[in-house]
Amino acid sequence: MADEKSVLLTVKDLRIEGYSDEKWIEIVHGVDLTLHRGEVMGLIGESGAGKSTIGLAAMGFTRDGCRISNGTVEFDGMELTSATRSERRALRGSRIAYVAQSAAASFNPAHKLIDQHTEAPLLHKIDTKDESTKDAIELYRRLRLPNPEEIGFRYPHQVSGGQLQRAMTAMAMACRPDLIIFDEPTTALDVTTQIEVLAAIRDIVDQFNTAALYITHDLAVVAQMADRIKVLLKGDEVEEAETRKMLEDPQEEYTKTLWAVRSFKRKPKPAPKKDETPLVTVRNVSAAYGDTKVLDDVSFDIYRGRTVAVVGESGSGKSTTARCITGLLPPIGGEILFDGKVLPPRYQDRTKDQLRQAQMIYQMADTALNPKKKIGEIIGRPIEFYSGVTGAELKKRVDQLLDQIELEPSLYYHRLPSELSGGQKQRIGIARALAAEPAFIICDEVTSALDQLVAEGILRLLDKLQKDLNLAYMFITHDLATVRSIADEVVVMKEGKVVEQGPKDVMFKPPHHEYTDLLLSSVPEMDPDWLSNLLDERGVDNIGEAANKS
Amino acid sequence: MSGVMGLIVKRLGLGLVTLLVVSIIIFGAVEMLPGDLAQQILGQSATEETVAQLREDLGLNRPAFVRYFEWLGGAVQGDFGVSLANNRSVAEQLAPRFANTLFLAGLAAVIAVPLAIGLGVMAALYRNSVFDRVANVVSLGAISSPEFFLGYILIVFLAVQNQVFPAISNVSGDMDFGTRLYRSMLPALTMTLVVTAYMMRMTRAAIINLLASPYIEMARLKGVSRSQVITRHALPNALAPIINVVALNLAYLITGVVLVEVVFVYPGVGQLLVDSVTKRDFPVVQACCLVFAATFILFNLIADVGAILSNPRLRHPK
Repeated sequence: MADEKSVLLTVKDLRIEGYSDEKWIEIVHGVDLTLHRGEVMGLIGESGAGKSTIGLAAMGFTRDGCRISNGTVEFDGMELTSATRSERRALRGSRIAYVAQSAAASFNPAHKLIDQHTEAPLLHKIDTKDESTKDAIELYRRLRLPNPEEIGFRYPHQVSGGQLQRAMTAMAMACRPDLIIFDEPTTALDVTTQIEVLAAIRDIVDQFNTAALYITHDLAVVAQMADRIKVLLKGDEVEEAETRKMLEDPQEEYTKTLWAVRSFKRKPKPAPKKDETPLVTVRNVSAAYGDTKVLDDVSFDIYRGRTVAVVGESGSGKSTTARCITGLLPPIGGEILFDGKVLPPRYQDRTKDQLRQAQMIYQMADTALNPKKKIGEIIGRPIEFYSGVTGAELKKRVDQLLDQIELEPSLYYHRLPSELSGGQKQRIGIARALAAEPAFIICDEVTSALDQLVAEGILRLLDKLQKDLNLAYMFITHDLATVRSIADEVVVMKEGKVVEQGPKDVMFKPPHHEYTDLLLSSVPEMDPDWLSNLLDERGVDNIGEAANKS
Repeated sequence: MSGVMGLIVKRLGLGLVTLLVVSIIIFGAVEMLPGDLAQQILGQSATEETVAQLREDLGLNRPAFVRYFEWLGGAVQGDFGVSLANNRSVAEQLAPRFANTLFLAGLAAVIAVPLAIGLGVMAALYRNSVFDRVANVVSLGAISSPEFFLGYILIVFLAVQNQVFPAISNVSGDMDFGTRLYRSMLPALTMTLVVTAYMMRMTRAAIINLLASPYIEMARLKGVSRSQVITRHALPNALAPIINVVALNLAYLITGVVLVEVVFVYPGVGQLLVDSVTKRDFPVVQACCLVFAATFILFNLIADVGAILSNPRLRHPK
């Protein structure tokens, strides 16, 4: 198979510039890349590393406001940077295909899946409509989509996220390309769905001997998918090696820190005293949106100075529980107790002091901070609202809070949220919650929009604050690694019900509830054989074999 | 589809309620006009007795709400009462005029809608090019000038200096279609100039708004050409705002026609309305206003329903 080893894509000294503040700034600083036929290369790095930009440049494409300023991109003997627009267009979709991060946003809502699937084959005159439709159904079957005969004739909004992501992989396969760019294809999915998609992608890439660039920020995922891994940092290559070698023996300091990210682990705390009153009690709470019941008899306790992690897939009712506790969504049954006393169900009926005691930190710090207000005002507002402090006193208090979240007050007081990084914005979100001097903070997926290193910093900060201020946290997350590092108690939710709860140590040790087990075992591990072993264990036969049988 | 039908029925009900409210406002406004109607009709020389007699005949002595319900009851059955000026049935006078107005509006729409959407798509495709800018400046110029002014300019160029079309659009029922078309052309062009800009700019904006969407990038990465990206991928998703602005402009073509009809002496509802106001022929004024209001509400309804139908999430629920 000499042909398999032949070079498909060569990128040399690629430099890409982005236009901002009325000048061109280099964002990719001379990256080289060689990809052979049938090979999968993982591009990994934090946000801003230039992964997606490089991936798109491999198709000879740059987003609006970006340009390739230097270097060559040679695909199968053709130089893409100097090719004409129509030459490049002829390659796209037919010989190089793209799978986007959010299939839900990348399928056109106005057309049926099948029409979008057959668009490229028809456009590039590879198949007729009928042939392409038949092929699509075959691909849907191979990718284990339910009702392969029929699913293509639905609109994107009628299909779930995980299924859409597989349909998009099928669409990329429509013309049997030589190369597929996967741009974070599973980042938006739940862990349990992620496994299905990963397995589907890996097997179909294998079957058709397609080369791939697999872009992700998740090391454990890339370990399952890639033959080789290239680590990027701020538009520069850090290092590149075979997957196993890279995992076992990373050379560069930066790579080692990436690998070490999941190491943060807090010392276990002693269990709460038997007679201690829980700070917050959720007792038999049920809630509904309209006629749809979304919470069913949910109960758990949160003690002072402790963290309860609420885990589950999207739609399991985690955030709804938080809405019930804060009074944004009055429950239809059950009650919320604070320090042993029943809270009024609607936030409008609660006293200022009751409101002050429970604060929230949100997932998207971007949208949770008023973009027109300065940091000082954002943090000062709740202080003024709850304690009535103004003037120099207020300024002093804001400075204290900025100190607490480890941001230098004189540097940040007068800045706008847009001038801060994602991690800094999340720190401001924390300071704003602290400003009310609460006893209890709900953290709703506070680290899931952040890079691992930054996320770890936030977790350490939250832990420190908990120790200093004896705070209770309700930590909503779908990331079990986060749970491992910070939780005292774990509540597992599914479809609005609590399926299992208990102290962390007990929860992470078998035997588990069936669903907890599924969640736990679905979290990708760094071992490159993890996915294969898991699929064997679960008895899911290889998708390729299934397709061959049918 | 039951969900969509429900929405449409709800919108229809709301439209009827709006129309009812409007009818009260129209009736109330005419009621509040200064002066006594019987006195107006009979003139200064009338005696007290004849005025009182006429008031009795017209039923003006009865309370306003009784007369309102009588008028409304008649209007629902298509009977708008009798003209004070010539004692002919209002409906009879209004019907051919309304047909003329619809013809003119229809002609303007047939020219303006495809033109505007076509230009809007082109402007989005070649955005920031010379074409885009020229189209923008011209359409903004047209939008900023009052329609009677545009009408006179067209008369100067196309009727006086070049004599392509007649300056006076006196159509009548017995004309053949070609002649009608020929005579209505100038007012139709005037109105086209006025409405095209709105629709074109909305089409352009709605499409450009979508060009940053991931699915547009996806289409480009599948090798779809620029023009097809816009027509196949952006336009279908931009339909809701476009349908809205088109429907509102169609309503404007019918209801905003008054000035244009007067300039070209076109025998439509607008002309009738202006004549009736000068003659203080209130039943006709009321009827014209109600017809305009109904048209406006109807087109708003069409806009709503069109926007609903253009959304696949509503057409094909899970």
